[in-house]
Amino acid sequence: MLRFIVRRLLQLIPTLGGLSILLFVWLQRLPGGPEYALLPDDATAEQRAQLRRSFGLEEPLTVQYLAFLRRIVQGDLGTSLMTSRPVTEEFMTRFPATFELAVTAMLIAVAVGVPLGYLAARKRGSALDFAAVGGSLLGICTPVFFLAFILKVVFAERLGLFPSAFRLSPGMSRTDLSGFVVLDGIRTGEFDVVWDALLHLALPGVALASIPLAVIVRMTRASVLEVLGEDYVRTANAKGLRPGTVRTRHVMRNALLPVVTAVGLLTGSLFAGAVLTESVFAFPGIGSFIYAATQTRDYPVLTGFILLIATLYVFINLLVDISYSLLDPRVRAQ
Amino acid sequence: MSSSTPLLAVDELSVVFGGRGSDEVRAVDGVSFTLEEGRVTGLVGESGCGKSVTSLALMGLLPERGVKVGGSAVMRLPEGPVDLLKLSQRKMRDLRGSRLAMIFQDPLSSLNPVVPIGRQVTEILKRHRGMRGSAAEKEAAELLNRVGIPDPNRRLREYPHQLSGGMRQRALIAMAVACRPRVMIADEPTTALDVTIQAQILELLKDLVTEEGTALLMITHDLGVVAGLCDDINVLYAGRAVEKAPRAPLFADPTHPYTVGLLGSIPRLDAPRGEPLTPIRGSINDNIAWAKGCAFAPRCDHYTLECLQGPPALAAVGTAAGVEGRERSDTAGAGGAEHVHRCVNPIGHADVLDRPSLEGPALVGEDEEAQG
Repeated sequence: MLRFIVRRLLQLIPTLGGLSILLFVWLQRLPGGPEYALLPDDATAEQRAQLRRSFGLEEPLTVQYLAFLRRIVQGDLGTSLMTSRPVTEEFMTRFPATFELAVTAMLIAVAVGVPLGYLAARKRGSALDFAAVGGSLLGICTPVFFLAFILKVVFAERLGLFPSAFRLSPGMSRTDLSGFVVLDGIRTGEFDVVWDALLHLALPGVALASIPLAVIVRMTRASVLEVLGEDYVRTANAKGLRPGTVRTRHVMRNALLPVVTAVGLLTGSLFAGAVLTESVFAFPGIGSFIYAATQTRDYPVLTGFILLIATLYVFINLLVDISYSLLDPRVRAQ
Repeated sequence: MSSSTPLLAVDELSVVFGGRGSDEVRAVDGVSFTLEEGRVTGLVGESGCGKSVTSLALMGLLPERGVKVGGSAVMRLPEGPVDLLKLSQRKMRDLRGSRLAMIFQDPLSSLNPVVPIGRQVTEILKRHRGMRGSAAEKEAAELLNRVGIPDPNRRLREYPHQLSGGMRQRALIAMAVACRPRVMIADEPTTALDVTIQAQILELLKDLVTEEGTALLMITHDLGVVAGLCDDINVLYAGRAVEKAPRAPLFADPTHPYTVGLLGSIPRLDAPRGEPLTPIRGSINDNIAWAKGCAFAPRCDHYTLECLQGPPALAAVGTAAGVEGRERSDTAGAGGAEHVHRCVNPIGHADVLDRPSLEGPALVGEDEEAQG
């Protein structure tokens, strides 16, 4: 197991190395640059050139890249052009918000998607099955920002059931231990803060959950249908086991294997979705910051954040692979 | 045949699939047989003749939707006889695995790949024998040992993919015998195994039947297995029994052209090299509905127009079958005879003199009284 983990960690190096080149070249090739974003429109060409020189943007690309790489290895992802604060610091202050949002979305997707997919499979061809399959198609097709916007207009602005923006209501005081509002609230016993934070997470959480939920419903349904036809389920029934035992130990244990993999892959889509969802709900996470950075062409923030998200993504998939090998003894053997 | 009531009496079992929109398929069309303590009864036939469906119907494992099961299957239990086909799912679950067990064809796919063997054995002990924890584990090891799995304590912790094919089938047999069932159904238990392992598994089944007095229903297409294991044999074709007899008379005096064809299509070691096999022509799909006449007629070398006069009834060997419900009823024609067939043009002894001898000698003649 340890060798497996170490090997997977070593695979991280070429992955991130390749990604860093890709990001670097891509961002350099984009039209425009910080000299257009940061300086007023009537700035002279000389002023723009001076700004580019001061950022080191006039050096050859290879030199720029190697300098960039050296800084990354030292843990220095540069300074934000927008805020003049280190990129890593910006990431760390915003990460807890996005983490809580992503976990909320994934919990909603799994908690609703798995039972719904199971029921759809068991009652194949029923109205419930059609609703689940049709609804999940709709979920996959609906753009996240559109769904987020509709939710905000209906449930926050019209019905007033949920707050429409931010992580906490204005004026809510809390003890900050780690930046994780919900976790801190639970640790310090400030349950009014926890409740307020959960209300703020509800709408963006649902919006962000839509795509993973739809994928999980469909995967669970297909997977359960397949497993129900397996010989070992027939064997389990031939043993006279109680329906609950057959369901958990023999059906779900096998049917959830592909779903676990999907959850890992879907986590990546959560970060992509978070950029738009967080913007709609003015949620102060990394997504809304990336959105702002894109508009101001804040290269260091974009490269740094994308690299950090990619690293996170690779780690999540490592966790999925580890859990997969714990769940499926056939993988362990190889 | 023992005079006591049989352990399981299957009478006119029928299984019909489909209906409502699609054409009905009569997979099993009035099959009757009995299972006796300590005896092995064989259901023989080619793929699609209804043997597996028969076993699933008896176990109550057919899907509920789109399937109609008819007839009766009365099992003798200490608390009185019950008809397996009429029991609720809940009551069937109590019987399955404890009184009535099944061994399946493909041992790898029949075992849960992600649950250790031990757990798959103990779960049945927990369910039916109320055993817990270490007691259940000890019993599981005992069971594996009994079915000939060496080093059972290690095997209990292993997963199906870590076991050999023969060992997997032994593990499945251990699960089947865990609660000392009175009736065991084995659906082609050796098909997925190589020949030496096949022999070992058959030997094991034979021992279990002899030691425990279990009644075994052996479902197979392999006449070698039948010859080695079965006491009573039912040859099925298109969902009906076409010939029934104890082992010796069946191999000595097969009278239904289908049985004769099955026996004739077995390759023989003493045949000259290069001699072609004699297959039964056509496939099981080339049949006609039993209601119109003999379903085997389109593939039969002996058929006459008489074969298409209506459904042939079972008749004692030595007589030709009449048409069901016209000349004699099923039971009247068959009487209490041990060797019966469902053919209006049965093959006489002269026709089958050149049949391959599968069984050893000295078995001919047991059915003489039956005919008399």
